[in-house]
Amino acid sequence: MGILSKIATNNGHGEDSAYFDGWKAFDRNPFHPTQNPGGVIQLGLAENQLCFDLIKDWITKNPYASICTAEGVEVFKDIAIFQDYHGLPEFRQAVAKFMGKGRGGRVTFDPDRIVMGGGATGANELIMFCLANPGDAFLVPSPYYAAFDRDLSWRTGVQIVPVHCDISNNFKITREALEAAYERAQEASINIKGLIITNPSNPLGTTLDRDTLKSLVSFINDKNIHLVCDEIYAATVFSSPKFTSVAEVIQEMDCNRDLIHIIYSLSKDMGLPGFRVGIVYSFNDTVVNCGRKMSSFGLVSSQTQYLLASMLSDDEFVDNFLVETSKRLAKRHHNFTKGLEQVGINCLKSNAGLFFWMDLRHLLKEKTLEGEIALWRTIVNDVKLNVSPGSSFQCTEPGWFRVCFANMDDDTLQVALNRIAAFVQQDKESEKPTKKRCSRIFASASHRGSTNKVSCRRT
Amino acid sequence: MAIEIEQPSVSVGLSKVAVSETHGEDSPYFAGWKAYDENPYEESTNPSGVIQMGLAENQVSFDLLEEYLEQQPEASTWGKGAPGFRENALFQDYHGLKSFRQAMASFMEQIRGGRAKFDLNRIVVTAGATAANELLTFILADPGDALLVPTPYYPGFDRDLRWRTGIKIVPIHCDSSNNFQITPQALEAAYKEAESKDVRVRGVLITNPSNPLGATIQRSVLEELLDFATRKNIHLVSDEIYSGSAFSSSEFVSIAEILEARQYKDSERVHIVYSLSKDLGLPGFRVGTIYSYNDKVVTTARRMSSFTLISSQTQYLLASMLSNKKFTENYIKTNRERLQKRYQMIIEGLRSAGIECLKGNAGLFCWMNLSPLLEEQTREGELALWDSMLHEVKLNISPGSSCHCSEPGWFRVCFANMSEQTLEVALKRIHNFMQKRERRRN
Repeated sequence: MGILSKIATNNGHGEDSAYFDGWKAFDRNPFHPTQNPGGVIQLGLAENQLCFDLIKDWITKNPYASICTAEGVEVFKDIAIFQDYHGLPEFRQAVAKFMGKGRGGRVTFDPDRIVMGGGATGANELIMFCLANPGDAFLVPSPYYAAFDRDLSWRTGVQIVPVHCDISNNFKITREALEAAYERAQEASINIKGLIITNPSNPLGTTLDRDTLKSLVSFINDKNIHLVCDEIYAATVFSSPKFTSVAEVIQEMDCNRDLIHIIYSLSKDMGLPGFRVGIVYSFNDTVVNCGRKMSSFGLVSSQTQYLLASMLSDDEFVDNFLVETSKRLAKRHHNFTKGLEQVGINCLKSNAGLFFWMDLRHLLKEKTLEGEIALWRTIVNDVKLNVSPGSSFQCTEPGWFRVCFANMDDDTLQVALNRIAAFVQQDKESEKPTKKRCSRIFASASHRGSTNKVSCRRT
Repeated sequence: MAIEIEQPSVSVGLSKVAVSETHGEDSPYFAGWKAYDENPYEESTNPSGVIQMGLAENQVSFDLLEEYLEQQPEASTWGKGAPGFRENALFQDYHGLKSFRQAMASFMEQIRGGRAKFDLNRIVVTAGATAANELLTFILADPGDALLVPTPYYPGFDRDLRWRTGIKIVPIHCDSSNNFQITPQALEAAYKEAESKDVRVRGVLITNPSNPLGATIQRSVLEELLDFATRKNIHLVSDEIYSGSAFSSSEFVSIAEILEARQYKDSERVHIVYSLSKDLGLPGFRVGTIYSYNDKVVTTARRMSSFTLISSQTQYLLASMLSNKKFTENYIKTNRERLQKRYQMIIEGLRSAGIECLKGNAGLFCWMNLSPLLEEQTREGELALWDSMLHEVKLNISPGSSCHCSEPGWFRVCFANMSEQTLEVALKRIHNFMQKRERRRN
C-alpha cells in the first residue's frame, strides 16, 4: 500500500495525550441530571452556553436574516453563489464593529483588514503559514491552549518554543523570560519568527496588564519578529481590569505595525463554535493580501456570514449582549470559585475567560507530573469530573487544573461543587493516619477493590 | 553617473509560502476576471460590458432550491422558535453532523443511479472541494513529492495542490488526437518524467467529469488508471465535483462503481472528492467532502478537517434538504436536462459561427477549438487571440494554456452562469466576430 505522508503518520494531531482520556471518560458516561446523575460532569470544555436565549430570541424576531425563510429567500441565490474570499462586505463591517465594541470602543477596526479562517483553529494555522517557514519557531508563553501544538505546528512544520511562566509572579510573562528563551533558541540555531500570546489567557483566565503588553510589543519590535495576539476571549472579560487589546497599545507607542497580527473568532465570545467563524486581522498589508488568498481553504459559509452580518449590525442587540454575557459569566465565576474557597481550594485570581485556574498543589501525593496525572485520574474516574490537568497546557508546575464553568447549567455546577467538597473531605480524612491506620486502610482498600489512591504520606 | 536608489529598511520576513506566486493569481485566467469586474455586462445598464464566461457556476436550477425552501420552513431557522439552535450552534465535532453525512451519502448514491454505495462513516467534511483537495494532498504526499494530473486541468489545482503543501504537479499530457483521453503511454511517460527528476510520485489525481473538457472519463480508462495506480503502488484521487452535472446519469461512471465491481480490491488507495458547489450551485456555502476507502486516511482527514469544517448552520440546512428524496430526485433530473439544453444551445450557436467544440456530455462549460484562428500555433498566439476576445468581443473565456493544455488554441467557455438571454448575446457577439474575420480575409 502506498504509504501516507509524514504529516499523516506523525503525532502532530495531538490526540494521543492524556488530555483526551478525560473526554473519553465523559463520552462513555456523560452526566445527566435525571437519566445519569452519577455520570461524568464535563468541566474540560471551554464553551460559552450562557447567552443562547438572547441569540435565539434575535433569530426568531429577525427571519429575514436567514436566507431560507420566506422573508429572506429572495437573497438566497446571491448569497449562495457568493464565494469571494474577500467575504461579504456587510459581514466584515459587522465583525469589525463587534470587535470594536468588545473592546469598549477604545479602538476601531478596519473591515478591509478582516480575513476569514476556518474558525480560530484555521486562522491560527493560516497566520503561521504566512509568517514562518517549516523549521522556524514561535515563542509561546506557557501554560498555553493545548491544541496550539496541533494548530501551529502540524501541517506548517513550525516549532513551538515554550516560555515557561509560574506562580511565583502569578504566571506573568516577563521580558527576562522572553529574552532568555530567545537567547537559548539562537544558541540552538532555532530561527524564532515571532511570539504568540492568548489574551485573555487560556487557561489562566487573566488579561494582560497594559505594561506587560507594551513590553511584549517592545520586545518583538527590538528583535524584529512578529507578534500574534489570539484575542478569542476578548468579550468574556467579566470584571476589572478592563481588556486591553494589542490594537489599543500600538496606538500609543512606536512600533513597526507590520509585525502585529490579531486572531479572533466568535466561538467563545458569542458561543457559536459550530459556525466556524475565524478572523485574521493583520496590520501588515502583505499578510492581509496573502492571508486572504489562503482563506480560500477555510472560508466562512456565506449563509453564516449573512446571518451574522445582520445580527452583529443590530447595535441594540450587540450592546445588550455584551453587557449580559459579562454579567452572567461574572456570576458563574463567583459562585464556583466561592464554593471552592469554602472547601479550601483556591484559584488564580482571574477576570476573563470561560474557565479558571484551580490550585490543587496541596492535594498532590508527589509534586511531580506523575503526581498531577494520578490526582487527575482520581478526579476523572472517582469524583467523576472532567477537568484539564495543567500538564496538558505545558505548565511546568504540577498541581494546577483548568476548570470550565460556562458550559453547563446552574444545577449541574452545584452537583460538581458538591462532589468536589465530598472529595476534599474524604482526602482530608484519609490523610490523618498513623502507620497503623495506614495498613488498615491498605487492607480495607484492597479488600473493597477500591480505586482510591491511598498513601502513608505524613501530613 | 551614480544613481541613488533608496533602500527600504529591513523588511519583515514573511514565509516562503507567503511570498511565492503559487497562489497562481498572476495568470491570464484571473486577468480576465479582473477585466470583467471592471466592466461587467448587465442587460439593461451595461449591455456592452464584458460577459463572464470564465466562471464555472451553475445558476440554472436555483428556482428549484428556492421553491424547496419556501415550502420547508423547518430547514431554515432551526424550526419555529429555534429549538434546535443551541445544539447546532455548539456542534463543532469534526465527524460532521451525522444527518448531514447520511444525506450526502444518499445524494451521492442517487447521482450515480444507485450503482455505487456510500458509507456515511467514510465521509469527511471540509469547507469546499478547495480544502478537500489540499487536505488530501497533505495526507498523501510529502513536500517535494508529486501528483500526476492529466492536462488540461482546473487552473485552481496549481494553488490547491501545491501552494502550502510544497508538492509538485507532473502533467499527464493529453491532446486532441484522441479527444484528450488519458492513455497508458501518457501515464507511463509522466511517471518516468518524475523519476528522471528524482521526484517521488505519490498519486494520480483526476477530475471526472473533466474540467475543462466537459466530458466524462470512460470506464476502460478508469480501469486502466486503477491498474496503473496499483502497479506503481500509489494513490488515486477522483475529484467528482461535476458528477451531478453529467447530462445523462448513465454516461457518468464513478470510480466507486469500478471498485464495487472489483469487490473493493485495492480500494484503500482510492479517495473521492465531492462538493455541492457545482451540482447544487452553492459555492458560497463551502460544502466539500472527502470519501476515502482507506481507514487511516479517513481518521487523519477527519482530524485535519478541524482547520476547515463546514458551518453547522449549513450542515443542518443541507441535511434536511438532501434527505428529502422527492426533492433530490427531481432536482438531479431537472438540473441535468437544463444543463444539456444549455449545452445544445451553445454548441449549435458556435457551430453556426463556424466554431467546433470537443464533444462534451457533462459540466458547466464546453471546450472550444479556436486553433484555426491562431496567427501562430503557440501559447503566445493563443494569448493574443484571448486578448482580442476579451477586449474586442468583450467575452471572458479561459485560455487553454491557463489549464496547462499542451495544444494551443483551445478555450473553456462556461454556459451555466448566466441567463439564456445573456448567452444569446454572447453567441451573437461571437458570430459577428467570426463574420468580421471572414470579411477581412476576403
